[in-house]
Formats: sequence, structure tokens, C-alpha cells
Amino acid sequence: MASALINVPAKAKRGDIIEIKTLMSHIMETGYRHTATGEVVPRDIITSFACRYNGTEIFRADLFPAIAANPFITFFTTATASGKFEFEWIGDNGFSETASASITVE
Amino acid sequence: MRLAGLIVLSALFAVDAASAEIPQAERRSGYSFMAPDTRAMQDDDTINPGMLWVLDGEKLWARKSGVTNKACADCHQDARASMKGVAAHYPAIDKALGRPVDLEQRINLCRTTHQQATPLPYESRELLALTAFVAQQSRGAAIEPGNDPQLAPFVAKGRELFMQRQGQLNLGCTNCHDENWDKRLAGSAITQGHPTGYPLYRLEWQSLGSLQRRLRACMTGIRAQAYDYGAPELVELELYLMSRARGMPLEAPAIRP
Repeated sequence: MASALINVPAKAKRGDIIEIKTLMSHIMETGYRHTATGEVVPRDIITSFACRYNGTEIFRADLFPAIAANPFITFFTTATASGKFEFEWIGDNGFSETASASITVE
Repeated sequence: MRLAGLIVLSALFAVDAASAEIPQAERRSGYSFMAPDTRAMQDDDTINPGMLWVLDGEKLWARKSGVTNKACADCHQDARASMKGVAAHYPAIDKALGRPVDLEQRINLCRTTHQQATPLPYESRELLALTAFVAQQSRGAAIEPGNDPQLAPFVAKGRELFMQRQGQLNLGCTNCHDENWDKRLAGSAITQGHPTGYPLYRLEWQSLGSLQRRLRACMTGIRAQAYDYGAPELVELELYLMSRARGMPLEAPAIRP
């Protein structure tokens, strides 16, 4: 079960600076921890996040083991046209999740 | 004479214990002890990671399970209506068992009896998700453990455990949460211990967790042997804490440091 919480304003005026907030469900296991019997808990993290606005990449981030579980990533962009934001998270063990949100620009 | 002295002494202690309880007007949720940044996390559902479990719980609510191939929704329909205010009344008496059960146990009883499915393990993502989803429907509702007279002896037992000194540090819950809640333990605020937001997301856990997890952690902290998950003692303690927080609004899923 992986779920994402996306917050993009439903409407904006052309040229407005808007805030985009994303929260992704993930344990972000660092790979530096041990079990009670001394075995290493294998690393399991999200390694990359990207956001496309009507097909054009507007934001990208690389994630590392020091980032807490359930990464919250927020950033700003300029509302240029109505359309779709697409989000993609990629990580260890074949982790791959997508989400999208629409915006109307007047 | 010695006996009389003992009686006087124990009477003094009884008065002392009673006077240590927090007056109604001074009760505060753990929320009010938090830093502004942590409060902001709880205030905005698009930042609150606890909502990830609520989303999962919403999916599980509709998922068919067990021999009878029924989903929670098949009996309880829309949780927004059917589960409104429910979590504020837990732990509650289970008629068949004749003792109080908490929300997690109620969900598992529903699974085993009505869905004929295997109970979900304590602190599993699925059980926390369902609990969070159900509890969220009571957000803002006043905590109101039932007035069922059957509950009274269990509340009393929970209170006894709350007052009982235990562990290598020889501390009772009351020594911190009634007597020293206005102080700090190292850098952390000692709160009044009102369970207003469970299941809640603790930044320290990096996960959602139940009230039983919190109670067990406190017991380990005073170097006592923690009760197992689902132990009647833990449920009685939960029940006493809820009766102690009577009237305070439920915040689930809350954030705590």
C-alpha cells in the first residue's frame, strides 16, 4: 500500500506563483540499522522525485538515506496554462509511484 | 497505636494522590505543548503524514476479506456517517467478552466474527490504517467513554495502575503526568498524558502508532516490564486515560514529537 497526498490549487490566475505540496508514503529505511541479531536492515529508500507540468519537467529532487520516512516535498512554480501536474517517485526494490493533479488557469 | 498511625498515614497519601489530579479547567492536549511547526503539521491534512494511513484505511474499509467475503462497508456502509463519533466512546464493553475492548480490538473482533478473517497484528500497517480511518470520523468529537456501569470497575483498575509506582525507576504515570506536567524531561515537554489523538504520527517513530505502543514505551522508559499488546491491563489504562480526558476533543490522526 502506497499512497500520496498532493495539494495543488484547483484554480490560479495566469502568472500567479503557486505552491505545490506532496507527501509520499514510504519507510525510507536507511540501510545503516541493524536487527537485534546484528543483521543489516537493507536500504529501502526513494531515490528520485520529479514533477512535470503539461509534459515539461519543472522540478526534480534526488533523495538520500538521511531523509525521514514519508518524504514531504514542497516547491513553487508559476501558473502558465491550464493542465496537469504529474508526479513520479522512484526508489529501491523497484519502487515506482505516480500521481497527478489538474489546475485551471484563467 | 501503630495501626492508627498507619491509617492516618495512608489517609494522608490518599488525599495527596487525589489532590495531584489535574483540575478540569487546566487540562491540556499534547497539541498545546508542541512547537508551532509541529502544530502546523497537524493542522494541515495535506502535510499530516497520518493522513496517509487514513487514505489506506479508506481503501481497506471497502476491501472484501475473510471466509464471508465481506468488507467493512458491506455492514457499516459509509464510515463518514456510521463511524461518526464512535472512536470517542472507546474502549467500550464487549458484551460477549464482558470486558472493555479498544478500537483496535473491536476491529479485530469484527474481522474474526463477522468477516471470519484472521485478526490483524498489532501495529501492522493495515490495523493502524483502519483504526486511523475510523478514528478520523470522530475528529472534533468530545471524548466520552460510556456511562456503562459495567465499565466502572475497569476504570478503577486502570486508575490504580496509573497511580502505581513500578519499574527500576519506581515511578507511576501520575508522578510525571499529574505532578510534573508543567516541567520538562531533558528537552521534551512532559505532557498531561491525555490520549486525544490516537492513533497518531510520532516524529520519533516516523510512523503512525497506537496508544498501546505509547504506553509500552513509557513503561520501558521507567524500566518496567511492559505489558504485551492487547493485555487487559493496557486496555484498562487506556480506559482510565480516556475517562480522564472526558470532554476533550478528539484530534486523530494527531502529530506528536
